[in-house]
Amino acid sequence: MDMNEIKEIFFQECEEQLAELESGLLKLNDGDRDPETVNAVFRAVHSIKGGAGAFGLDDLVAFAHVFETTLDCVRSGKLEPGQDVLKVMLKSADVLADLVSSSRDGGSVDESRTRGLVKELEALAHGELPSASGHDAPKPAAKPAAAAAPAPKAETPKPTDDSGFQPIPFTFDGFGQEEEPVIEGSTYEVVFKPRRELYSKGNEAALLLRDLSRVGEMSIACDTDALPDLDKMDPEESYFSWKISVKTTKSEDDIRIVFEFAEWDCDLEVKFADEASSDEEQPMRPVPFDLSILDDAPSAEDDDKQAEHGADQTVAEAVSAAETATSVAKAAGAAARAAERKESAAAAAAAAQNNAAAAAASAGQTIRVDLDRVDRLINLVGELVINQAMLSQSVIENDATGTSSINMGLEELQQLTREIQDSVMAIRAQPVKPVFQRMSRIVREVADMVGKQIRLVTEGENTEVDKTVIDKLAEPLTHMIRNAVDHGIESPEKREAAGKNPEGTIKLTAKHRSGRILIELQDDGAGINRERVRQKAIDNDIIAADANLSDDEIDNLIFMAGFSTADKISDISGRGVGMDVVKRSIQALGGRISISSRPGFGSTFTMSLPLTLAVLDGMVVTVAGQTLVVPLTAIVETLQPEASAIHSFGASQRLISIRNSFCPLVDVGRVLNYRSTQANPVEGVALLVESEGGGQRALMVDAIQGQRQVVIKSLEANYTHVPGIAAATILGDGRVALILDVDAVVAASRGQSLRPEMSLAATG
Amino acid sequence: MKKKVLTVDDSRTIRNMLLVTLNNAGFETIQAEDGVEGLEVLEDANPDVIVTDINMPRLDGFGFIEGVRRNEKYRAVPILVLTTESDAEKKNRARQAGATGWIVKPFDPAKLIDAIERVTA
Repeated sequence: MDMNEIKEIFFQECEEQLAELESGLLKLNDGDRDPETVNAVFRAVHSIKGGAGAFGLDDLVAFAHVFETTLDCVRSGKLEPGQDVLKVMLKSADVLADLVSSSRDGGSVDESRTRGLVKELEALAHGELPSASGHDAPKPAAKPAAAAAPAPKAETPKPTDDSGFQPIPFTFDGFGQEEEPVIEGSTYEVVFKPRRELYSKGNEAALLLRDLSRVGEMSIACDTDALPDLDKMDPEESYFSWKISVKTTKSEDDIRIVFEFAEWDCDLEVKFADEASSDEEQPMRPVPFDLSILDDAPSAEDDDKQAEHGADQTVAEAVSAAETATSVAKAAGAAARAAERKESAAAAAAAAQNNAAAAAASAGQTIRVDLDRVDRLINLVGELVINQAMLSQSVIENDATGTSSINMGLEELQQLTREIQDSVMAIRAQPVKPVFQRMSRIVREVADMVGKQIRLVTEGENTEVDKTVIDKLAEPLTHMIRNAVDHGIESPEKREAAGKNPEGTIKLTAKHRSGRILIELQDDGAGINRERVRQKAIDNDIIAADANLSDDEIDNLIFMAGFSTADKISDISGRGVGMDVVKRSIQALGGRISISSRPGFGSTFTMSLPLTLAVLDGMVVTVAGQTLVVPLTAIVETLQPEASAIHSFGASQRLISIRNSFCPLVDVGRVLNYRSTQANPVEGVALLVESEGGGQRALMVDAIQGQRQVVIKSLEANYTHVPGIAAATILGDGRVALILDVDAVVAASRGQSLRPEMSLAATG
Repeated sequence: MKKKVLTVDDSRTIRNMLLVTLNNAGFETIQAEDGVEGLEVLEDANPDVIVTDINMPRLDGFGFIEGVRRNEKYRAVPILVLTTESDAEKKNRARQAGATGWIVKPFDPAKLIDAIERVTA
């Protein structure tokens, strides 16, 4: 594994942490005050900062640090995470996400936004509540005046340096202030007296002395006077102290750094030798120092240094005394305390085990698999399904069904195949949660831009659906959410005037419904302004001025191409994409979208999507001797037309009357150029399909063979795009059948003669 | 014989960096994802030194260190705290829990190895 791979892992982890961060913040926003939620949020930012620091991603570190400091205030209870505070935090989470993606993919970040949020976060950490308006917070008042004022005691964030880290002053009461003069070869007297805590924390006097020996040439004396008689000796106590004189070119701080880990647990004096020696007698004989016996494999560096010093008997004594002290302490302590600790240790171990078991059960085991491998598996299973169908067919054709063992085997094979297929599909299934989470950011940002207060409520975010569907869902959903925020929900003033909660609600729901996933987007806004939609449609030549349309039809006009209700193109939803594009992308996924709206109470968009794009429930039909598959989702009903129901219209078009309404008849065989003459509708079957724009058409086919699940084989990947054909499949008898693109066929038939307004009027 | 290091950190990124750094420096590395797992693997791992993060789910670094110190066999094993916490308060809490020393992130391979060598013979 090299650094680049680790970096890749880091960015993957960032994605997870960002999701964790956002869902945690949203939970807090809903009033969750579980300390573990706050901890999880803190950890997410902390982790990102830690990794970013390792890769030198300074911008990311700097921002994460400020964010983390403020979160720490929430964690320690100094800052109450109210709505205003969380608003800033959610925005910060968004900026953090931007910084992560700009670190990964390059590209720039809105620096003024980042700076503004840094100030807001710092103000929060200082105990200032954000201004009511929230988004224009970086006011001059927030910064210098406040920073100078006496801030709440604990962590007032100091100005960060380039790396984003607060400087850690390494002060030693008075010493750190002025630079000690560094004199060539100056000598220091060090008195080092460890306390028992030093050993209990895993530090070692001998190792500290070894490190000290690397600072310079030293001589050492061990004071063993405090050592009591053996019967009075406490094996855990520290009895020895050392007096060391170090001759070094380095500074006093370098000596003190040796004792960095131990400074709390020992008495340490470091003095410049000249002042020390004058008024202090030296009761012990200082000796040159060598600790080579400590290193079972001395490094090259050690060799250099130790070559200069000779081993000395007294040193060996001093060192072995130190070693004995610690090893005696370890051994005796172990025995002495074993009994009393046994019980509590056992209890702790048991508790830990329980915890672990519970956590393991809830966490669930996951592995990461390359998507290509899963796709390959799905492909192979697709082949298996086809193969199994072919086998069944040939058994029937050869009339071998008489043998019951073959029959049973075939049935079992069929069941197994179906189960394998379902399991493989389940591998690709993912919860819609990530897409839903992205939406909450969009709601926040757009609401902020247009000055509205909007809450996004999500439900059923663990509903699973094929990954491809999820990936392709994000774009249309984003567009619809923008629309809902921009056009659906009214401004707070208007809402209040209408007696509604000034805060609007958008509800995003996912659920499984009869083998498909249903996604609902509901807003409690003003609903569709039918008068305006109608006028717009007339202005844009979508409908005739005197067209008689039902409420439902007017609502559905927003899905027509070339329709946009926004009078002025806004920055938010007016990006040249209308709801027609949304509808087309949903249909491309084999889905359908519909709208229902109540003036004054809001609108609901309902999308129904297939759970997978790899298989399809289709109706197998015959057209001019060809076998075609029509996606079942498009078919509303099938019927056998009677001669009296068929009406001619214009030169070559025909309508069929179904329950007192007229519906254009589309001859599939002609549209696909299978034949040049009109088929007789009475001899065939009409499939009533719903098409773009909500209108219905009757597709004429010669006969229906049956209904079955087929494995989709892309035609583009294997051949080339064919107008009117969505994909292909292989049937049980080994023949290739084409899957009809219903919308394309309908559009093609319309292009020949029928004008759009006629078709709408006709369905009305 | 190779020295054994037990690392406890919930971040996949840091775990990988520790692994690469320690393996390159000739240590044998055993890894755990949080304090609970750290205590679980402690017995079998039998480490010469432990490097742990502070902020972790389930059981944080303080709790983990206390757990190690309660264990008769490992109460004198050097424990280094690997953390971005630079303020004295957290360092102090780690020390009170029984940490031997600390390494301030951002992660720097040289600093890590240096600190490990400081606390091991």
